[in-house]
Amino acid sequence: MSTLIRNARLIDPAAGIDAVTSVIVVDGKVAAVGAEAEKALALETLDAAGLWLLPGLVDLHVHLREPGQEGKETIATGTRAAAAGGVTTLVAMPNTAPAMDSVAIVELVKAKAAAEGVVNVLCAAAVTKGRQGAELTEIAELIKAGVVMFTDDGDGVANSELMRRALEYGKPFNALMMQHCEDKALSNDGVMNEGLVSLKLGLRGWPKTAEASMAARDIILAEATGGRVHFGHLSGKQSLDLLRWAKARGLKVTAETAPHFFALNDAWLAEHPYDTDGKMNPPLGAEADRLAVIEALKDGTLDAIATDHAPHSSLDKRVEFDKAAFGILGLETSLALTLDVLVHGGHLSPSRAVELLSAGPAALLGLEGRKGTLAKGADGDLVLVAPDESWTVDPEKFQSKSRNTPFAGRTLKGKVKRTMVAGRWVYDDAKGIVV
Amino acid sequence: MKRLARKDLLDLESVSAEEIELLLNQAEAFREVAARPVKKVPALRGKTVINLFFEPSTRTATSFHLAAQRLSADVLDIKVADSSVRKGETLLDTVATFEAMDLSVLIMRTSHAGSPALVAANSKASIVNAGDGMHEHPTQALLDLMTLKRRYGRLDGLTVAIVGDVLHSRVARSDTWGLIKLGAKVRLCGPPTMCPSSIGQLWPGAPVTVTHDLREALEGVDAVQMLRLQLERQQRFLFPSTREYSKLYALTTEKLAFAKAGALVMHPGPMNRGLEISSGVADGPQSAITEQVTNGVAVRMAVLYLLAGNEAETA
Repeated sequence: MSTLIRNARLIDPAAGIDAVTSVIVVDGKVAAVGAEAEKALALETLDAAGLWLLPGLVDLHVHLREPGQEGKETIATGTRAAAAGGVTTLVAMPNTAPAMDSVAIVELVKAKAAAEGVVNVLCAAAVTKGRQGAELTEIAELIKAGVVMFTDDGDGVANSELMRRALEYGKPFNALMMQHCEDKALSNDGVMNEGLVSLKLGLRGWPKTAEASMAARDIILAEATGGRVHFGHLSGKQSLDLLRWAKARGLKVTAETAPHFFALNDAWLAEHPYDTDGKMNPPLGAEADRLAVIEALKDGTLDAIATDHAPHSSLDKRVEFDKAAFGILGLETSLALTLDVLVHGGHLSPSRAVELLSAGPAALLGLEGRKGTLAKGADGDLVLVAPDESWTVDPEKFQSKSRNTPFAGRTLKGKVKRTMVAGRWVYDDAKGIVV
Repeated sequence: MKRLARKDLLDLESVSAEEIELLLNQAEAFREVAARPVKKVPALRGKTVINLFFEPSTRTATSFHLAAQRLSADVLDIKVADSSVRKGETLLDTVATFEAMDLSVLIMRTSHAGSPALVAANSKASIVNAGDGMHEHPTQALLDLMTLKRRYGRLDGLTVAIVGDVLHSRVARSDTWGLIKLGAKVRLCGPPTMCPSSIGQLWPGAPVTVTHDLREALEGVDAVQMLRLQLERQQRFLFPSTREYSKLYALTTEKLAFAKAGALVMHPGPMNRGLEISSGVADGPQSAITEQVTNGVAVRMAVLYLLAGNEAETA
């Protein structure tokens, strides 16, 4: 198998390239870039004039729901949604049922992903057994089985000593601890951001101090232990200020945000009162939070954009706001939202956007050279994008099994045209999933 | 007949001053019905009204029931013990079942803000919000407005204090919307944990002020609405003791003296006597608390009638 892509604008910040050029993928790897690629013979040649060619997106935060909640999503449907969104590698979250807290479940997910998935699936394991916050999982064994990070996501690790010990114990294995920052005493059963909109709707508020409080604690623990802390889905100004401080101090702390935190604020719920597609954890913040997220994406405080893709069926969403599940879909809109809001919106260069969506998260996982770049020798994971093509989000057309998105009906500029994983086309905008 | 140009009554936020006036005038007409020996009119004859209450309520449920009965509707009370762990039928399925029995009006009381709105968007029946979580309680506000209007002949230019746990109060929200729409000024008062300064920003540009000092709130007001203190708030660290709360925020005869002479005292009930209001005030000459209950039936008759009344029948 060999594919030559010509005339595309290759944006590969890890390789320091942003130029119209050619890339050839042979047997699943990038065989050559530029003039050398032009000279090579390929079975398939694609003229991609006008398109952007990016290393495939690496999404650190995806809920595939399998095993246990297959009514919401499966490994098959979730990875197809990823392909449609240009995501070629994703990290599957461990809040499955049962929780991914043992090598056996990790092996099950890996085997299913190999058999039924269409993109690369990496596994996050729980920090604690059963995500109960009481005992550590077998960190060394899990890393040996291929686990790339640890998190009780959905919940934070509330016990400060347990978090300290997880960081200490994981150090010899260079374990990455991803935190869902939520001090539950402060979030206090809140269902949306605490602010004027929650006051008006009479909904219980989830103050951004709940996120910042746990982030602050973990920064202190990162400094004390030298362990690696990564913050999932950061959304508030205070947390981002703390992160900026931690990085200036040289601590091993990294973080991601999700597209809805730079694309929306809690005014969405004033415009769509009690619409449960606006319910997620952490919740949409105030406009000041949204602007702080954009600033942190610009200035390097944030390392990645990850979706926190959280599929839920109508059973979980067509109910009272208080009772509705937290979370929204992300895989099929993240690249388009990044281009539309951040790149076309004038906040980020295309190269910085690719850093956040691909090179940055790849490096965080220790995959630099293989993922997040299209340099010679890298994996043949790539995405072709029509940067100026406008399209309207229609959840009925999603590959995902679920439909829960606040972006339905929104017109976005920037469209995924084709996605390749390991040298094989998996998605074509005109035909859908092609494997 | 003149009807409300809306299917549902979910809040007062979206109701215009004209609609409120229409409701209050109709309620005034129904007060007269209550004075008759046979307290019935045929305005809702043949219509089915369901009272769906997920929270315990005596006063509001009884008041709606009587109102529907006096309009000759077939009325049914359904009380559902609700908890977050309860599984089974969804709210929308429950309502679909009622609707299959030719439901005209569904009156809903729930601890979940926005759930009447969810039902309204998915049902042909008229939905009346009888209190949804911390959001709104529009018929309570209408009866408060009626009580004030009967006393003063107008709302325009009055100053009304609302005292207590404003943050968690659907009554405070609906009262404030109604009062400002009819030209009254509002003072919200309570400790910062239950009456944050920011809450005034919900009504930007409107004459709504926030204070944590009861005397400041009462100074020269025409009326005061005392909110019920939920005792379980103490466990959520919102106040230290009922003793201290009373000292700071209870309406006593001495405190009432800061208000205008003869100022009206209201309470949506049920009262914690001796806690947020002294018996001397509750039973005193300025108390309109039982009058509020009487007006409640008339206001709810007006709401049901103007939402779902038969075209041919009149009051």
